[in-house]
Amino acid sequence: MGEHLDSMLSLRGLTRRFGGLTAVDAIDLDLAKGELISIIGPNGAGKTTLFNLVTGLDRPDAGTVRFEGQDITGLSPERLAAEGIARTFQLGRVFGNLSVMDNVLIGAHTRLRAVKPAVPVIGPLLELGLALLRPSSVKAEEERLREEVKAILARFGERLLPRIDQPAYSLSYANRRRVEIARALALKPRLLLLDEPTAGMNPTETAEMQALVAELKAKGLTILLIEHKLEMVMRLSDRVIVMDEGKKIAEGRGEEVRSDPKVIEAYLGHGLTGTAEQESAA
Amino acid sequence: MSSWLDYTINGLIVGNVYALVAVGLALIFGVSRLINFAQGSIYLVGAYIGWVAVVQLHTPLPLTIIVVAAAAALVGLIIERFGLRPLQNSVRIAPLLATIGISFVLDQLVMLTFSPNPRALPSQLPDVRFQLGGGTIGPLDLLIAGVGITSALLLFVFLRYSKLGWAVRAASQDRDAAMQMGVDVNRVNQAVFGIAAALGGVSGMLVGMYYNQIDTAMSLQATLKGVVAEVVGGAGNVPGAVIGSLLLGLVESYGVAVFGTSYRNLFAFLLLVVVLVLRPNGLFASARQAPPEPLTGTFIAPSRPVRIPRWALAVAAAGFAILPLFPVSFYVLQTLINAWLLGMLALSLTLVAGTIGQVSLGHAALLAIGAYTSALLSLALSVPVGLAVIGGGLMSAALGTLLISPSFRLRGHYVSIATLAIGEIVSLVILNWESVTRGPIGISGIPPLSLFGYDLISPSSVYWFSLAVIVVLALLQGRLLTSHLGRSFRAIRDDDIAARAYGLSLNRYKSLAFIFGGFAAGVSGGIAAHLYSYINHETFNTQQSILALTVVILGGLGNVVGAIVGSVALVGLPEVFRIAAEYRILIYGIVLLLLVRFRPQGLLGTI
Repeated sequence: MGEHLDSMLSLRGLTRRFGGLTAVDAIDLDLAKGELISIIGPNGAGKTTLFNLVTGLDRPDAGTVRFEGQDITGLSPERLAAEGIARTFQLGRVFGNLSVMDNVLIGAHTRLRAVKPAVPVIGPLLELGLALLRPSSVKAEEERLREEVKAILARFGERLLPRIDQPAYSLSYANRRRVEIARALALKPRLLLLDEPTAGMNPTETAEMQALVAELKAKGLTILLIEHKLEMVMRLSDRVIVMDEGKKIAEGRGEEVRSDPKVIEAYLGHGLTGTAEQESAA
Repeated sequence: MSSWLDYTINGLIVGNVYALVAVGLALIFGVSRLINFAQGSIYLVGAYIGWVAVVQLHTPLPLTIIVVAAAAALVGLIIERFGLRPLQNSVRIAPLLATIGISFVLDQLVMLTFSPNPRALPSQLPDVRFQLGGGTIGPLDLLIAGVGITSALLLFVFLRYSKLGWAVRAASQDRDAAMQMGVDVNRVNQAVFGIAAALGGVSGMLVGMYYNQIDTAMSLQATLKGVVAEVVGGAGNVPGAVIGSLLLGLVESYGVAVFGTSYRNLFAFLLLVVVLVLRPNGLFASARQAPPEPLTGTFIAPSRPVRIPRWALAVAAAGFAILPLFPVSFYVLQTLINAWLLGMLALSLTLVAGTIGQVSLGHAALLAIGAYTSALLSLALSVPVGLAVIGGGLMSAALGTLLISPSFRLRGHYVSIATLAIGEIVSLVILNWESVTRGPIGISGIPPLSLFGYDLISPSSVYWFSLAVIVVLALLQGRLLTSHLGRSFRAIRDDDIAARAYGLSLNRYKSLAFIFGGFAAGVSGGIAAHLYSYINHETFNTQQSILALTVVILGGLGNVVGAIVGSVALVGLPEVFRIAAEYRILIYGIVLLLLVRFRPQGLLGTI
């Protein structure tokens, strides 16, 4: 038990079944504060389902999720966002008709205080009234968040700032992924889950994204990463977890996992072990 | 008809009729994830074709059934080919709106051809009843049961053993995979729409014979009942639709036995709401399903709104404000008053359907709540009319939101069904709650509009009053859209899963949208009540909901200025061109269809 007392996220026996298929099968995982763990595995291994279970978009059939020692199993995604868990989505889920600014401001939604007084029952009505009346405290808060958003967007160089008022649907694929990450950062997360942040990006863009994730890690952010580009996984991860058919088949430092025969077999199927590294790194 | 056996037989027979409609809906939902709101219209068309065949052509019964099935199938094929196939690659809201538009066009065409008066549809069968246990059963009951069972068997054989049937089942399990394996999805859609329409048409004819009466109001009722049965059985589940239909028939029949005929529909809609809330995937759906991951921004068409400078809006408002100072006719002012009242409803609907993406089809219920509240406050409690109208708005905001809240966990088409049903429930409660609403007699002698003790009788004073109200509501809504709530609402519309993952509670923000929108609609209804001086349960009907929806699409979803421009256009243009009232609904339906097809973002663009 001692080792997970200081862990940020701790999964025990987490299981999710869809009909006869066990998408996530008794997964244990401990993520320490400031650590970056990558989850790799072939398509359909259950990585995204695992993310959904951690972020409350899906409920596990068995097992527990603890965040900073607190049992958060089965809590709603909105509660978990308020607890400081932010995620990006595999297929990219920006708000298409919202501007870049508004997309990232939604990321800061859980941090609204002045306009969302924590009053029971009539809280929502006060929120409506404050949104219409906009006293100076509300205006100041909105202004402060807008400045913060600009600062976050500045991390992406000239990729997003010049397009700050454009609707997200008009952005390139890579820029939409960037908006998603900016939105996640605006939540000021204590735990960040990135689901294939470089999917569909070219090598230059991938390198930029890798540098950004490295920077976030250097600042002490705790990160759970799903990624197919093994080069990036090897460079960034403190530990790597390999999933196949819902199960954890290997765990350890990058090099150890890379040469594990079970991993090679999972990636390449049976009887083709020779070319594992080149294939899976491609 | 007194024994429970009679009620059981009646329930099963009616259930059989619902099954013919519901099975078609389930087939269509299975292959195209679409709830076909035009299914009831095909049922209506079937009933009238049956009338033509029986009364005018004197066809024998077997031929009548074949003629009706063939003609209805043809209508179904036309709908599929020209109404829906062009929308295959468009946003998800498009086919939903298209079937609504098609339904109105078809209903109106039938009404224009045959007049809205009910007609008798004789059954051509001997009028005898056989003793069965403690109850009786007639030849028509047997015919309906026979048609139901035969259709089920034919459908089963088709789906299981024919090549096209395989393709239908494949497409309904995984459309993309089926396409990659060479299944021609257009042919599958054709088959499904043809079968669904044939079943629906025959069902309409049988119901007409069963009650020996057909009229144009049958359409909406059939759509609603079919959808209820289908959803109870699990959307897209064909055997489920049959069982759901029989269950619905029995629930209604026993409900009528215990509470009386006027409660029949109430039970159907309450059953729907209960099932949607407790088991949104139907009674027989497998356990929890994986959360779907729709692509973002595909519910509404992406567009950039047309920016109209503030000074231009101010000039336009000022122009309308000084209009009564010029020698304009009473008729012009009256038309514009109607436009302002519709505009308030459209502001409400554009927020709910456009900004937060809940396409409500029961919005007229909010008008009714506001109208009854304001009328009763001023009549029974002698509240000053100005305050009573505000009371109507507040009641509509509170009660409307409460009633619609079960639909907050639903998405897309389901929201439309639920709001349609909730709208019908409101209308039925008004009809049946006689001690408060005076039931079918309605409320008369409602005092005229007044403000601070001065009666607003002259057309120009009413005009100014309603113009002032809509301007204030529009300014407030514009302010709402620029606040954090505006972006929160739009985020929920674009992608509710991502919105939840960033801490936006769907219940909270959908409630706020309905509270704000409900107020505007309630005020509109309240003002209307004092203008008309008489209201009843039919004053605010589904036609108004559809008209408001057309206005909203015309102006651009979520677009405040668009809602007002759309109202002036749709109220004003038919007046300018002197289009007869009975053609207007037809035109609104056609406008809706053309917009969905050619300009889904509306005149001024989605916000």
